[in-house]
Amino acid sequence: MNSHTLIPTVQLHGDFKQRARGALGDAQLRQNFRSAMDSLMAKRASAFSDADERERLRALGNQIRARALSKLPELLERLEQNLTRNGVHVHWAETVDEANAIVLEIARAHEARQVIKGKSMVSEEMEMNHFLAERGIECLESDMGEYIVQLDNEKPSHIIMPAIHKNAGQVASLFHDKLGVEYTKDVDQLIQIGRRTLRRKFFEADIGVSGVNFAVAETGTLLLVENEGNGRMSTTVPAVHIAVTGIEKVVENLRDTVPLLSLLTRSALGQPITTYVNMISGPRKADELDGPQEVHLVLLDNGRSQAFADSELRQTLNCIRCGACMNHCPVYTRIGGHAYGEVYPGPIGKIITPHLVGLDKVPDHPSASSLCGACGEVCPVKIPIPSILRRLREENVKAPNDPHQVMRGQGSKYSPRERLAWKAWRTLYTTPALYRLFSFFATRLGGLTPSKLGPWTEHHVAPIPAKRSLHELARQHLEGK
Amino acid sequence: MSAKANILAKLKNSLAGTTPIRDEFDESLVTQPWSYPADQRIARLRQLMEAVHGETHLTSLAEWPALLERLLGERGIDRLLVAPSTPHGQQFSAHCQQAGSPLTLKAYDRPIEEWKAELFDATPASLTGTLGGIAATGSLILWPTREEPRLMSLVPPLHIALLKASQVYDNFYEVQQKMQWSAGMPTNALLVSGPSKTADIEQVLAYGAHGPKDLIVLILEDA
Repeated sequence: MNSHTLIPTVQLHGDFKQRARGALGDAQLRQNFRSAMDSLMAKRASAFSDADERERLRALGNQIRARALSKLPELLERLEQNLTRNGVHVHWAETVDEANAIVLEIARAHEARQVIKGKSMVSEEMEMNHFLAERGIECLESDMGEYIVQLDNEKPSHIIMPAIHKNAGQVASLFHDKLGVEYTKDVDQLIQIGRRTLRRKFFEADIGVSGVNFAVAETGTLLLVENEGNGRMSTTVPAVHIAVTGIEKVVENLRDTVPLLSLLTRSALGQPITTYVNMISGPRKADELDGPQEVHLVLLDNGRSQAFADSELRQTLNCIRCGACMNHCPVYTRIGGHAYGEVYPGPIGKIITPHLVGLDKVPDHPSASSLCGACGEVCPVKIPIPSILRRLREENVKAPNDPHQVMRGQGSKYSPRERLAWKAWRTLYTTPALYRLFSFFATRLGGLTPSKLGPWTEHHVAPIPAKRSLHELARQHLEGK
Repeated sequence: MSAKANILAKLKNSLAGTTPIRDEFDESLVTQPWSYPADQRIARLRQLMEAVHGETHLTSLAEWPALLERLLGERGIDRLLVAPSTPHGQQFSAHCQQAGSPLTLKAYDRPIEEWKAELFDATPASLTGTLGGIAATGSLILWPTREEPRLMSLVPPLHIALLKASQVYDNFYEVQQKMQWSAGMPTNALLVSGPSKTADIEQVLAYGAHGPKDLIVLILEDA
């Protein structure tokens, strides 16, 4: 595959607002997302039919993740010790470049030509496919949804359902064009086409790459959930397995995975469990007949330690990547995943991406929210996404001379004029005499309100102050009694 | 400094002066809602398994080989991957000999590298044991072994699993505790809850994604 074919065909240029506007005008896209999100919301709701059970489990999930983060360095070291004892090679990477270099070095050591990938959002952060393809190593996605978007030179639009923006007709045309198969909109047949094509790839691949859902420090175990079996294939058939994951994915004890697993599969898909829960604790042993001869784990930071440094923002790292926040987000449902222009879309994307790429690269993300609160309400590990969004809005407008450096790219929306306007507003509203004077003139001179008031009047008429302020009316009313 | 040292230094610095959160794991939250009377465990497991297109049969320790032979015959399957050294493998092969079954029994008796193509292209079905089942989620517990390696339950399009009725547990937590998983995990441990599936195209559920297209669970009652 040439590198130029890897450029997404969806419109990823322009800024967030332009992409969102484009998405809003795409009736097919909106229909695809609307129906998918409605169905995912209904499935989740029926999987948590007992609200009391759900809330108690969420509290436990939150406690487990918060506990793991409260001793993260210790748990990472314990994880490494136990994995190493089990025969797994553990690598650490501060940046995506370092992570890619580690993967490349392993691939070169095995003279690998073909890599087959189970689903991994961290590998999307790394743009591993692109990176390896440029170095002559084919890197093929094997999750059906990921395979579809890769075939169409796109990126995933949802972290659980990567091809959710496409309908069966679009997949049918894609398979017909790219694989030369007969056009069919029958989903079973489409899946069988994918199965046949990818079976050969599992067979041939030199290396399997996967993500990790939970890394268990206590036992040195990598737990992966999936429905398709491609995760098991990728981690069992090739001679080498490389798992890539963020440093926050570690949990302390094996038993911690029980509630998290239940929260994850029910929140994501409304399933009591996924078809496969695959727990990997080492490479093939001397007396075993299959499984990879080598297992590697790459632990990636990529901005996570920045989020970790602030106790409020640290909660971002509770995330178990279920996608419920995007399924319930009125903004995501209307604009889809690609409009965000980054690996992680939707509410969780808006709070994690600034740490990965710098807040100045995604300055519109914190405000692309109505703060309706749905994301925080459904989050299985109780990340207060709305309040973190508000916090990021503050970081976005922090003055350049503010001594409190919280994150890369903070303050990119700082405007001295806006700051001055708010200072004036504060003075006005905290000084009664000034306020009375202001409201007297505002009501008398209301007719002078300009008809253009920035972005507000793009979609609204300009507000015209009433003839008398509420204060005045109330006073009149009381005097009349 | 190495990446590891840098990352750990940053994390430790961020936690300076804090104390770790106490472990307040409330096991009742993962056991109480997921406990069943003994006579309902099997029924629940079957119901959940069948809801995701897993086929289940209630049979006995004596009768399952004949049932399996019949099920394979109905599907026109003439080859079965089975571990000859396991008790169930011996029992099934003895049955086939006695019954004069035309089935060819194959063993996974050499490293995958030596017969990968045959496993992928010419092995339509496999039979494995399980360590038990989980009623709460309708799951089978598999710890692949030398006799029944990891790919045995994954690559053949039909996977048949034997589940002893006496080994159906209430929930995953109970399994971890009773089998003392935290004391030592195998190379690979699996929960399998149905045949492979996907809903990646328009959320339409399709079975037989990358793993087995069909899963048959033979539940063996002691009597």
